Amino acid sequence: MGLEGFEVEVQQVGKPGLETEEMTLNMGPQHPSTHGVLRFVIKADGEVMREAIPDVGYLHRSIEKISEKVGYHGFMPYTDRVDYVAAMFCNQGWGMVCEKLGGIEVPKRGEYCRVIAAELNRISSHLIAVGCMILDIGAMTPFFHAFREREKINDLLEELCGARLTYNYMRIGGVAWDLPPNYAEKVLAFLDQFEPLLDEYNDLITYNKIYVERLANVAVVPAEVAINYNLVGPNLRGSGVQYDVRRDEPYSVYPELEFDIPVGKGEVGTVGDCFDRYIVRMREMKESARILRQCMKQIPDGPVIAKVPRKFKPPAGDAYVRVESARGDMGWYVVSDGSEFPYRTKIRTGSFSAMSIIDWMSRGLMIADLVAVISSLDVIAPEVDR
Amino acid sequence: MDAAVIHECLKARFEARVVDCDLKAKDPFIVIEPTAIVDVCRFLRDEPDLRFDSLSNQSGVDYKAKGIIQIVYHLYSYPHRHKIVLKVDAPRDDPKVPTVEGVWKAANWLEREIYDLLGVTFEGHSDLRRLLMPEDWIGHPLRKDFVEPEEYHGINTRRESPLR
Amino acid sequence: MQGFLDSLIAQGYFPGIPRNLVYAGGMLVFTVIVVVVFVFLVAGVTTFVERRVWARMQSRIGPNRVGPQGMLQWLADAIKLFLKEDLVPAQADARLFRLAPYIVVLGFLTAFIVIPFGSRLIIADLNVGIVFITAVTSLVVVGILMAGWSSNNKWSLIGGIRAAAQIVSYEIPTGLSIMPIVLLTGTLSMQGIISQQGWAPHTWFVFNNPFTFAAFFIFFTSALAEGNRTPFDLPEADTELVAGFVTEYTGVRYLMFFLAEWGNLYIIGAVVTTLFLGGWQIPPVTSGPVLRAVLEFLTFFVKSYFWVLVAMWIRATLPRVRVDQLMSVCWKYLVPFAFANILGTAVWVVLWPAGNVIVQYLMVLAGLALAWYFFRRVAFHLRRARVRERGELYLSPLA
Repeated sequence: MGLEGFEVEVQQVGKPGLETEEMTLNMGPQHPSTHGVLRFVIKADGEVMREAIPDVGYLHRSIEKISEKVGYHGFMPYTDRVDYVAAMFCNQGWGMVCEKLGGIEVPKRGEYCRVIAAELNRISSHLIAVGCMILDIGAMTPFFHAFREREKINDLLEELCGARLTYNYMRIGGVAWDLPPNYAEKVLAFLDQFEPLLDEYNDLITYNKIYVERLANVAVVPAEVAINYNLVGPNLRGSGVQYDVRRDEPYSVYPELEFDIPVGKGEVGTVGDCFDRYIVRMREMKESARILRQCMKQIPDGPVIAKVPRKFKPPAGDAYVRVESARGDMGWYVVSDGSEFPYRTKIRTGSFSAMSIIDWMSRGLMIADLVAVISSLDVIAPEVDR
Repeated sequence: MDAAVIHECLKARFEARVVDCDLKAKDPFIVIEPTAIVDVCRFLRDEPDLRFDSLSNQSGVDYKAKGIIQIVYHLYSYPHRHKIVLKVDAPRDDPKVPTVEGVWKAANWLEREIYDLLGVTFEGHSDLRRLLMPEDWIGHPLRKDFVEPEEYHGINTRRESPLR
Repeated sequence: MQGFLDSLIAQGYFPGIPRNLVYAGGMLVFTVIVVVVFVFLVAGVTTFVERRVWARMQSRIGPNRVGPQGMLQWLADAIKLFLKEDLVPAQADARLFRLAPYIVVLGFLTAFIVIPFGSRLIIADLNVGIVFITAVTSLVVVGILMAGWSSNNKWSLIGGIRAAAQIVSYEIPTGLSIMPIVLLTGTLSMQGIISQQGWAPHTWFVFNNPFTFAAFFIFFTSALAEGNRTPFDLPEADTELVAGFVTEYTGVRYLMFFLAEWGNLYIIGAVVTTLFLGGWQIPPVTSGPVLRAVLEFLTFFVKSYFWVLVAMWIRATLPRVRVDQLMSVCWKYLVPFAFANILGTAVWVVLWPAGNVIVQYLMVLAGLALAWYFFRRVAFHLRRARVRERGELYLSPLA
C-alpha cells in the first residue's frame, strides 16, 4: 500500500540551472503527532509544503455495516467506538435517532442525566484536544496538567457508569442507571477546583509569545470556506460562525439551560486561524462547567428510562438527528425497514469534514505548521474512518 | 421556511424533474431526478430565500429489493436555519449520479466514501478513488449482496461469524 | 596540570623520558580520568535529574523505582541501551552511519580539556581556551549532518539539515557575546578570564557593565540553541519529525547522541560560569591546597549545574519555535544586539579601563531586583493556585 493513487510526479522547482526536486514525505500511519492512525503524503519543497494529501482508512471497522447485524439495542456499545474520546455524544446520538424513529419520549430526569454525562465528557475531550495540541507545539507541561484534570473526570464518570473510556451509559429511551448518591457534591467540588485552572492555562501557555507566534495567522479558514467544506463545531465557531446545535436546533433539555457560544474573534491574528480554534475550545470548557452547575441544581426526580420493548421495531422510514459532540455537529442517519435491525446507518462526524479541508489548508504551510493544523482541527482517526 | 414552501419553489422552477415528495415524514424529503440534481442544488444554494449553504450529510442506501441505490442529501442553511432532505434514485446495476462537488466542497469526501462503499460513480468528480478501503480492494462492502473475498494479500477471511 | 606534571618531574618520577612525552601522556591520563569519572557520570545523572525535575513540574513523580529515589535509573537506562540490538538500516550509508555518533561525542568531549574546574584543576590551560571550545563544539554539526544524511530517511535528513542551519547560525551570536568579555580581560584563556574576576558578585563580569549583562542573556540563549534544547530543539522535535536525525539510531549509538546532548548542557553551564559568573573563585577562607581545591571545585560545579537546571526548566515550560522564526530570531534580533554589546563594551573599556565599581554595585542591585521580582511572581501564582488546598501539588521533590 505504497504510493499508488497519489500520482507522484517529480516536479522541477527552483530557478533554471539549479535543478531541485520536490520531496515526497510520508507522515506515516505511525507518528507521534497525528492523532490516531492517519497518513499524509506530503509533497514539500524544503520545509514548505505544496500539498499534504491525507490517506485515511486505517481504522475502518465497518461499524455502519455491523449495525445492520446487531440491532438497535445491541449497537449502543459500538457507538462508543466511533469516537472513543467523546463517547457519550455518540451514545446520545444513537439514542436520539432511535427515539425519533420509534416515537419514544425520554423522561426529564433521563435527559438531565444525559446532559450531565455529555458535558462532563465534553470537558474531558477538550482537555485532550487542547493538551495534545500544546504537546504537539512542543510544551510538555500543560499536557500533563490537562490529563491530571481528565483523570478526575474519568473518576467521576467511572462512578457513574463503570467505564473510563467507552461508557455505554445511555440506552434507547434514556440512560442505563441513575446518578449515584452524592454525585452532585462530587461534581460541584470538581468544578470548583477546575475553573480556576483554566486561568492557569492562560498564564502558562495561551498567551506565551512563542505559542502565539506558532498559531496566529496559520491556516486561516474564512467563514464561507468553512461552511462550504462543512466544518462543524469548534472549527466552525473558530472561523466566526455563530452556530451551535444546542442553541440553534435544540434537543434534549438544552432550551432550559443558559450558556454562551464562544466564537473566534481573531484576538491575536486573523479570524479563523489555529489560535481561534484553540481558544474556542478553552472557552467552551468554561461554558460546559456552567451548564453542569445548572443541571445539578435543576435536575428533577423521576424515572431515567422510558419503556422500550426488548425487540425494538420502529416503523419503516428514515430519520436524521444532530448532536453537538465535542468535535462538532455529528449527524446520525438511520433507515428503518420495520424490523429490529436497522437497514442502513450513516454517521457523519466532525473529523471527517475536518480531514477533507486539510489538503486545501496545507498549501504553502510548513511541515511544522501541518502538525499545528491537524491538532487545532481536533481530528480523531476513529471518527474519520468508523 | 418549511418543507412545503421549499417544495413549491422547486416545483415552480424545475417542474417535472422534481419527481416526488413526502412532506409528512419525520424528515420531509423531496425526490429529484438524477440528471437535475446539480441544477437543483445550485438553485437551492444561491437563491436568497433558500440559501442552503451547507451539505450536512450525503449518504447512499442500497435498496436491493427495489433495485435502486438511493443517494440522500441533507441540506442545511446557516442564514435561515432551515433544512431539507433531497433523495436521488439510481439504478443498482450501473449507478451514475452527477457530482455536486462544484456546489459544496464537502461533497468531495462524502461522495468518495459512497463510491468506495457502494460503487456509485459520480460523474464529474475531480478525484474519485477509494477513501476508506485499501486501493486494491475488490467489491463494494456496504452493498447488501457483498460477499467477502476469500483472502486478501494472504490473510484468510473465512471464519465463524459470532453473530447470528 | 602542566604545573603538577612539572613538580612530578622535579621530584624525579619520570627519569630519562623527554619532557613533552611526559606532558602528553600525563594529559591523556587526566583526560581519561575526567571523562570517565566526571563527564559520563554527570551526563548520566543529568538524564535522571532532568526526568525528575520535569516530573515534579508536571504534577507527577518521575522515576523512583531503581535505587533510592530512583537515583540509579540512568545506570539502568545505560545498561539497557548497551544490550540493545545493533541495527544499521540496509539502505543506509553504513560507514558514515557508524561514524556519526563518534564525531558528535568527540566534538563535545574535547571541550572538557579547557574547562577550569579549579585554580589548578584544568587539563590544559590553552591560551586560546574560549575560542577552542567554540571551535571544537562545531564538530557536532558535522556529526549531526552525517547522521541525518546517512540514515537514508527523509525525516532524518530534514532533522539534520535543520540542525546544521541552526547550529551554524547560532554560533555567531555566541561568538559575538564572548567578545565583550575578551575586551574586558584581554585574554582568551579560561583561567585568565577567571583570575580577573573575584569571588564577590560585584566582581563578576555579568555585573561589570550593562553590556555584559545583556551579553550574558544573549550568550545563554544562543548556547541553548547550539545545544539543540527547547525552545530550539527542532532537529529532534519528536512530535514533528518522529525523532529527527536520531530516528534510525538504537542502542549505544543513540546513547552517544544523548550523552553528547546532556554533556553539552554541562559545557554550556561551565562556559557561562567561567565567562560571566566568576568561575571557581572562592573567598580566602583557607589556605590548605587540598581544601581550597575541593571548595573551588564545588563552587564551580554548583554554579554550572545551576544553569543546567535552568535549561531543564526552560525545556519543560516553553513550546518550540518554527524554523523560520528560529532563523529570524538569530539574524534579526540576536546578532544586531550582540554587535551593539561589543560596541558598548568597547566604549566602556575606553572610558573606564579599570572598571567602574559604582556601576558594578548598581548592576548587582539590578540583578537582585530581577530575582526579587521573579520570586514575587512565583509567590503570586502559588497563592492563586491555592496550593495548600490542592493535595496533589506536592512541593517536595521527594515523592
